[in-house]
Amino acid sequence: MWSYEKKLQYPVNIKNPNPRLAQLIITQLGGPDGETGAAMRYLSQRYSMPYGKVKATLTDIATEELGHMEMISAIVYQLTRNLSIEQIKESGFDKYFVDHTTGIYPIAASGMPFSAATFQSTGDVITDLTEDLAAEQKARTTYDNILRLVDDNDVKDPIRFLRQRELVHFQRFGEGLRIAQDNLNSKNFYAFNPAFDKISSKK
Amino acid sequence: MMSACNLMKAIQMYDFYLYDLNLFLDTHPNDRNALARFNEIKERRKKAYEAYTKNYGPITAVQNNSDEHFYWTDDPWPWERGAN
Repeated sequence: MWSYEKKLQYPVNIKNPNPRLAQLIITQLGGPDGETGAAMRYLSQRYSMPYGKVKATLTDIATEELGHMEMISAIVYQLTRNLSIEQIKESGFDKYFVDHTTGIYPIAASGMPFSAATFQSTGDVITDLTEDLAAEQKARTTYDNILRLVDDNDVKDPIRFLRQRELVHFQRFGEGLRIAQDNLNSKNFYAFNPAFDKISSKK
Repeated sequence: MMSACNLMKAIQMYDFYLYDLNLFLDTHPNDRNALARFNEIKERRKKAYEAYTKNYGPITAVQNNSDEHFYWTDDPWPWERGAN
């Protein structure tokens, strides 16, 4: 069960609207390595995770990612305030505007709507955790690229915070993978899935 | 002392009661009858949470009250049969 807290994890206060930038940053809401995919990935994967510490890690990081969806949405929302039709046309925001006005809709920078096809839940402990490590690095790369494209410090500041969280999550998932591997017994040298292949994971 | 199972049932009941009032209050924020009920159930919910978390472990991570162990990570988790 979830409940909502009426606050952001880290403040977002942007003085100057910038619809061109909004179209890039929205990729961390609906793009292939964005926060929505991250949250859905970890929420989906935790059911086949046999170890309490890693169930906790998946649950807690997934919950934080929901908060990051909110932060990215807040950035996009503030970057698209008070736009004139001229600004909308000049910035190329018109292609988004025609379908969504200035509403928040999860798409990639390319315009591709969010898809569950961007993540996996394999039911295999080692496979899922290895994907999670890659996912955190891919999100970090995207934040690095956003930082390369942004001048506005009001935008850079929360983006830097989100980038740092990817590093922390990568570290925690690394520990999660280590916990899973430590739980494989000596007969399970080839890492058969301990969530399904019960015989090979018997303690 | 109520069992973990019965206390959890009470918590689910109070939480749902409170949440359903929450939904009603979203569209009727000045309804005094609903607010009175909301406040009353809030108190009962608080007592049930206190009893549960003191004896059976945290429901949210920040409710962990030990200097020795983070009970949050302990099995079972709510999606497991018989644990909800």
